[in-house]
Amino acid sequence: MIKQPVSEHKSSGKRHKTLEKLARYNGWLVVVSILLVLAVWSLGVQWGKPPAFLLPSPQAVWDKFVSTLADGSLLRHASVTFFEVLAGLFFGSLLATCLGYFLAKSSTLEKLLSPYLVASQAIPLVAIAPLLIIWFGPGISSKILICALIVFFPVLVNTIIGFRGVPENLRDLMVSMRATRWQKLRLLEIPAALPILFGGLRIGATLSVIGAVVGEFVGSDKGLGFLINVGRGQFDTALVFVAIFTLIFMALSLYGLAMLAEKRSTRWKTAHH
Amino acid sequence: MTQFLEVDHLGMTFNGAEGELMAVQDVSFTLAEQEFLCVLGPSGSGKSTLLRLIAGLIKPTAGSIQFGCLPGEQPSISLVFQQTNLMPWRTVMQNILLPLELQGIDRDQALERANAMIHLVGLEEFAQAWPSELSGGMAQRVAIARAFIAEPDLLLLDEPFGSLDALTRERMGAELLNIWQSQRTAVIMVTHSISEALLLSDRVMVFSPRPATIVAEMKVDLPRPRQEETRYDPEFLKYAKLLRQAIK
Repeated sequence: MIKQPVSEHKSSGKRHKTLEKLARYNGWLVVVSILLVLAVWSLGVQWGKPPAFLLPSPQAVWDKFVSTLADGSLLRHASVTFFEVLAGLFFGSLLATCLGYFLAKSSTLEKLLSPYLVASQAIPLVAIAPLLIIWFGPGISSKILICALIVFFPVLVNTIIGFRGVPENLRDLMVSMRATRWQKLRLLEIPAALPILFGGLRIGATLSVIGAVVGEFVGSDKGLGFLINVGRGQFDTALVFVAIFTLIFMALSLYGLAMLAEKRSTRWKTAHH
Repeated sequence: MTQFLEVDHLGMTFNGAEGELMAVQDVSFTLAEQEFLCVLGPSGSGKSTLLRLIAGLIKPTAGSIQFGCLPGEQPSISLVFQQTNLMPWRTVMQNILLPLELQGIDRDQALERANAMIHLVGLEEFAQAWPSELSGGMAQRVAIARAFIAEPDLLLLDEPFGSLDALTRERMGAELLNIWQSQRTAVIMVTHSISEALLLSDRVMVFSPRPATIVAEMKVDLPRPRQEETRYDPEFLKYAKLLRQAIK
């Protein structure tokens, strides 16, 4: 059961290719592969008998998952992280899309701003995360800011590419029909750029999860990143695993949602008779 | 007959990387209301530039374009290009509805007109299809329906059948004739085909290679309504011969 990809975006990195492949093989292949890894892991722990703080058994991780789920701590921390991820993704892409639209329209503005935009990408976010925490406090607002910053650039680039790619002949058509600026935006530019915009959102969704965890590592008293820190400090490696799997689940779900939205918005591309 | 359009000493020079390029030079003509004018000429002459000028997509570097309507009033113009220029994310129906949507016409009324238009071009079965599912001829029919639905004052056709095979092209010419005979608008059509020009138009202008100037003009006094068979009329053939000589 191999499903054809709807659209492959050029700028998505190797990591995203792998994720796409995972998503493409429907159902059973994924299940088989997960079971295989679990089996190897389980057998490795049984035979090698590593200390639990080095590598807990899958059973121990599962027990930890059930107990943290039961006392509500997992959901509490996960929902904090999820909120940071979503809010960061929202504000980051909103700002990037608006700015990207104007940069796509005006090459003067692009020339003016692009040195700063490119330079901002040269700063490793992990390095300035402590600074942001100092400035904006250890609460969730600093995490949202970090998420928004990490999401910003890929979405911006995709927005510029998307709006620049609006076919010139369709622009002529809209002009000849005396479309207003707003009509051009709503009926031509947004639908034409939408597939690429969703591509940027897809990349941004997974990056946002990274941003949230980085922020929580540096300074926080809640969230899955904080939970990982706690697990490490208490040699509770099973807890670290639970937090990691929850993060993976979160990133994959968001990625899948963005992909679904992309597919729905590009039904016309897949139609064939 | 009132003059609908007056083009006066029109000139267009592009400033390209390789210096100046004169696409249109000193072109003057008038167009009456409901007149069908064909522009014949070799490819690469400035015919498309002329249409883009009249449509207001570019501004001329010399001369003027005047519409005979009330001052300050803009005539509505529809363009059909050689590439169909359909929006790939809109169905056939939505593409035809586009001009009415831009004009803010009531949805029910718009749908009614679109249905009538789809019927006229014979695409009832494809109303909900995507443009990618259409053949070249069908796509061009959608483009023509989209142009006519706006009930424009002026229709500009830029080699609308240029990408079609000869048989489809003949049939489309006849279909265009039918639609135009049912709702008369002023038309300027650029074409390569002498017989297409003669079948459709009231007047034919022959353009020189670049820079485009008018080298010959001919009134076509064939009776209307014309049909596909008009192409084999002895009178028609006489015109064709005359026109062929004018081009040389």
